Amino acid sequence: MNPIIRFENVTKRFGALTVLDNFNFEVRRGEKVTLIGPSGSGKSTVLRILMTLEPFQEGLLEIDGISYHEPGGRGPFKASETHLHKIRSNVGMVFQSFNLFPHMTVLRNVVEAPVAVLKMNRGEAESRATELLRMVGLSDKKDHFPSQLSGGQQQRVAIARALAMRPRVLLFDEPTSALDPQLVGEVLGVIRDLAHEHDLTMLLVTHEMRFAREVSDRVCFFDRGRIVEQDEPERFFSNPQQPRTREFLSSILGEQEQMRESLRCAQ
Amino acid sequence: MMYGYAWDTTTPLTFAISILPILGIGLLVTLQAAAVGYAIALVLGLVLALLRRSRFKVVSWTVAGFTEFVRDTPLLVQLFFLYYVLPDFGIVLPAFMTGALALGLQYSAYTSEVYRGGIEAVPRGQWEAATALNMTRLQTYRDIVVPQMIPRIVPALGNYLVSMLKETPVLSVVTVLDMLGLANMIGERTFEYLVPLSMVGLIFLPMTLICSALIYAIERALPKSGIPLR
Repeated sequence: MNPIIRFENVTKRFGALTVLDNFNFEVRRGEKVTLIGPSGSGKSTVLRILMTLEPFQEGLLEIDGISYHEPGGRGPFKASETHLHKIRSNVGMVFQSFNLFPHMTVLRNVVEAPVAVLKMNRGEAESRATELLRMVGLSDKKDHFPSQLSGGQQQRVAIARALAMRPRVLLFDEPTSALDPQLVGEVLGVIRDLAHEHDLTMLLVTHEMRFAREVSDRVCFFDRGRIVEQDEPERFFSNPQQPRTREFLSSILGEQEQMRESLRCAQ
Repeated sequence: MMYGYAWDTTTPLTFAISILPILGIGLLVTLQAAAVGYAIALVLGLVLALLRRSRFKVVSWTVAGFTEFVRDTPLLVQLFFLYYVLPDFGIVLPAFMTGALALGLQYSAYTSEVYRGGIEAVPRGQWEAATALNMTRLQTYRDIVVPQMIPRIVPALGNYLVSMLKETPVLSVVTVLDMLGLANMIGERTFEYLVPLSMVGLIFLPMTLICSALIYAIERALPKSGIPLR
């Protein structure tokens, strides 16, 4: 079967800095892939390029067989606004800092885009939104404003909001990094449930190694704009091949062990 | 005698009271000029702010040049320019419209900066979330950016309203019969300038105070996070 996402020799530069260097990467339909690696290694950039938040300079990127660049396309994205809309209609994203709309209630946050973009009628959009909010365990918060919610609750709303657009590919950019440790679990719980959705393709950038091991079909280790090592999670974590991977894993696992220890002491 | 009202110069007090109805007519003109000018400033300012953010360099630079020029030249010069030069191009507007237009134009340059600051103060994450939800630029501005910037820009826009109100007397130099214009005429006829001019000042004071209070009330009433427009 054709991959739903295909990066072929993609190069992305910020000025003189090359973030992705001849990057190749494919994701199967329905696959759950975790991207890990040190900060600045390009893993978030991969998501941001897929969401058309960042243009790239060279190479080919396709989603579901549609190229991001249009022949004769202009501007930094080398594509018309119409084309970008077509691309984006496949993709949704959950951000590290939630980015909920602060002037709208929780329900309105979830309803807004389906009504404005998908031209869904408001009643239908609201009943779907209510269903999604129930799924993320926030039915009782639908008339609250984001500022009245905890970080974990806000992130769950953000997930519901992204799902309301029925994306085929859902991107998670460090969804729990901005959360207090005791709120991480509730968000991971929701993502774990989503991972059972057979048709949904998920790309997840995270530092939660245990979680990555649990939900993903494949783990990719990034370093300096390349995937240094990738494998299915059991093999990846139990027997990493590259010295860089081993080094990274031992440092981050050590950190997380310390964190858990200090949490236990605090309680 | 003016507009059918006679003045009584026996004492300053009777004089002041007798010219009050005449100044009232002028006040109406002042308020109308400020209202029209402010409406122009609010709408044109937003248009300028949005054009300045255009991806087309020609557009954004032209607009930047225009606003900078308008901001850095005196209102009085612009007013004379519109009043005496526009007719050369076949555009003949009543003095009142010319005046309101000059006020609106000058203040649109100010308000466009306020809007620009307001737009830039909306966090990048909000734009990115809108993009991720596949909203168009128009939808992003209408549903996400403008609602959030309103509470942030109300104080500054309010200040410009007060300041514009105080500048309306400048229209009297192009024959608009606002409060100052009428007070001046009363002075010319009675050779008594002290009372009419003092009255103009006295009438302005409560007006600007009320205006400021009103803006403060609106500012307090608006939710800090923004107001959905639809």
